[in-house]
Amino acid sequence: MALNRQIAYINLSTGEIETKPIPLEVRKKFIGGRGLDMYLLYNHTEAGIDPLGPDNVGIISAGLLSGTLSSASARTHMAAKSPLTGAVGSTNMGGFFAPEMTWAGFHHLLVKGKAEEPVYIWVNDGKIEIRDASHLWGLSTRETQNALKEELGEEVQVLCIGPAGENLVRYANIMNGMKNAGGRSGMGALLGSKNVKAVVARGTMDIEIRYPEEALEYDYEVMKHISGTKFAQIMGKYGTMFIQSVTNSTGLVRTQNFQHNQLLDAEPVECEHIEEYSFGTVGCFGCIIHCRHRYIVDDIYDEGPEYTAQGAFGWEVGCNNFETILKGNHLVNHYGLDILETGSMMAWAMELYEKGILTDKDTGGLKLEWGNDEAVLELIRQIAFREGIGDVLAEGPLRAAAKIGKDSLKYNIHVKGMSNLHSDERPTPALALGIATGTRGSDHLRSRAAIDLYHLPVFLLEKVYNNPVKYEGKFTSDYRDYEGKPWEVLWQEMMYMAIDLVGVCKYHCVFLSPNLMNFEHISKFLYYNTGLEMSPRDVWEVAERCYNIERMFNVREGFGRQDDMLVDRYFDEPTTRGLEIVRGKTIDREKFNEMLDEYYELHGWDENGMPTEETLERLGLDKEPSHML
Amino acid sequence: MQKVILVEHDKCTGCRLCEMVCSVKHEGVSNPSRARINVIKWFMEGFDMPMICQQCMEAPCIAVCPKDALSRDEELGLVVLDYDLCIGCKMCVTACPFGGMGIDTVTNKVIKCDLCEGDPQCVRFCFPGALQYVDANVANLRRKRDAAAKLAELMSKVVVA
Repeated sequence: MALNRQIAYINLSTGEIETKPIPLEVRKKFIGGRGLDMYLLYNHTEAGIDPLGPDNVGIISAGLLSGTLSSASARTHMAAKSPLTGAVGSTNMGGFFAPEMTWAGFHHLLVKGKAEEPVYIWVNDGKIEIRDASHLWGLSTRETQNALKEELGEEVQVLCIGPAGENLVRYANIMNGMKNAGGRSGMGALLGSKNVKAVVARGTMDIEIRYPEEALEYDYEVMKHISGTKFAQIMGKYGTMFIQSVTNSTGLVRTQNFQHNQLLDAEPVECEHIEEYSFGTVGCFGCIIHCRHRYIVDDIYDEGPEYTAQGAFGWEVGCNNFETILKGNHLVNHYGLDILETGSMMAWAMELYEKGILTDKDTGGLKLEWGNDEAVLELIRQIAFREGIGDVLAEGPLRAAAKIGKDSLKYNIHVKGMSNLHSDERPTPALALGIATGTRGSDHLRSRAAIDLYHLPVFLLEKVYNNPVKYEGKFTSDYRDYEGKPWEVLWQEMMYMAIDLVGVCKYHCVFLSPNLMNFEHISKFLYYNTGLEMSPRDVWEVAERCYNIERMFNVREGFGRQDDMLVDRYFDEPTTRGLEIVRGKTIDREKFNEMLDEYYELHGWDENGMPTEETLERLGLDKEPSHML
Repeated sequence: MQKVILVEHDKCTGCRLCEMVCSVKHEGVSNPSRARINVIKWFMEGFDMPMICQQCMEAPCIAVCPKDALSRDEELGLVVLDYDLCIGCKMCVTACPFGGMGIDTVTNKVIKCDLCEGDPQCVRFCFPGALQYVDANVANLRRKRDAAAKLAELMSKVVVA
């Protein structure tokens, strides 16, 4: 059964591989996936290590329900100290890798040390080998996967890096398939630093389902419900690109770095254009939403694009051209680059170029003017191969700003050294607090209270957000308000952590729709698939424990309240476009700090954002690192 | 009326949920290598094709079985495998041109689609509708309609012109 999946410790310096079972007591405390990864990260690293050095560890994992009947149980997780931020490094990707690794007998691989030559790790039915990968070094993500499938069979699943990871671009991705990308926080650079080109899995081992008939019936019921929602239907048609049309018409997108909050002529980048290039949608393992398109443009064939591609190669860089979005999306997939960070770094460079802080001398003659499609596509390549100005931008916001100097940092839109999504949170305090407090830096996938944008009636907010733990304060329907929002952020943090523990996709839980999976569903899926008896409240408590250990990692690295902060432009520059109700908005500094105070208090953290002794004791974290695994 | 599993591969999103529910239904475990159905994927080229026993009329598996363990149930339109007669020689696996006969990796027995006693779980869980369990007489109607629609479109242009 899922509970008998093992952990493997792979020492690349010595070549030693050790496998161990994961004790039930550890499962009950951390469940698996991202949560158990965070426990392992905290226990297997020391404060202050070089993220790209041999002392850092890379942990690749599947959630506890990976490859079981629990809606879309496809997500692969990876954690390390981030080469981009020095804080928690953490990523989560779809595709088919995690279920295959589970059928091969493993849930967690902890990779440490550094291989002398390029290697790949072969995980096959209970056995693990470190193999030579010198013939793969330099290949794109797709070429790498094709070569390994040729070598090991079409059925294998590959997690790999591209040239960006090899060249230690600090926001390089891990990839599975054409577009399944583990982005943000530079996990591709981490594998590159260890000379690991790929991890390959193939498994034929049973995952015993504890109550098969009930699991089938319950899964069917949940899937039928999800497939019937309007959210799933529009996602299945346009993917996350549908978000653009809604948020842009309101005035909630970030354009030309941070200059405007709405694209005035948005028609050329709207989601419907995909129909001219698409030949159908595809899904990750076991998923009924199928949110990405297969498309062809010129001689390029790829999957996607998503909201972030529209932002990165569309409105952020002033390219109002759908084909540039499709081509840019292909290039970042090909090289293994984080799409969001790449787009944001380019938009920042363009604003610096506009202001004369970067000149043709710095860019090697590349005209970084808004809307220069060719320059955008060329710059993606330069970043991946660290050529010219690309070498500077490959370092991420803080290091690049230090190299460029002058007042370049003032124009960068980041939190903790990681770039913000291409959305504008000035009119929406809940979303602003979410990105500011994210453990891995600016983050819309670990805390975003997206349903706050729907002006839901208070009784409905109470129904969603008072379950399974009740909030003592008041909720407000208006997304411009500050009241009740800290709890919404905290609740979403717990929701996303819980879903990451079991390895199910966030699109299946309360994220973009209030009508999807919550703690109760996770509790039932755990019971039917594994026999673990955990109430929704128990699941919440595990999520809280795991979130706190993530926070403890950051505290140990010296992060505190000063880092849970937005850049000044959020407080100083009012929005100028969009609906009347979102115009002229900034985040109110005083009210923001009050939200932060309440957020810390709700978490049981002190005024500097550190978990208090009572909180750690309550969650059983007072003896960390405890080295149970 | 016989019913058949109709595969419309252009609707397949390649998620492989059918493989998982098949193995859970038959073996109580999630393990695609023990499923009766598999989505054959050209993963990096982007083509997916669910492959399953076609329940042939003149079935090669029946023809080669030395113990008459395979037979046709005409009422259900099903090729039935009788495990009491099967000696596990796997000649049927060799003979089947579609890979419809498989070998269970744990028990080493031959496995094939049994239509889940009239409620095929792969079909039930295929929300995009790439797998359908339909009366034999409508199996080709969608294709006919698609082709007819193209003709209708062309004809309308001719008429307008």
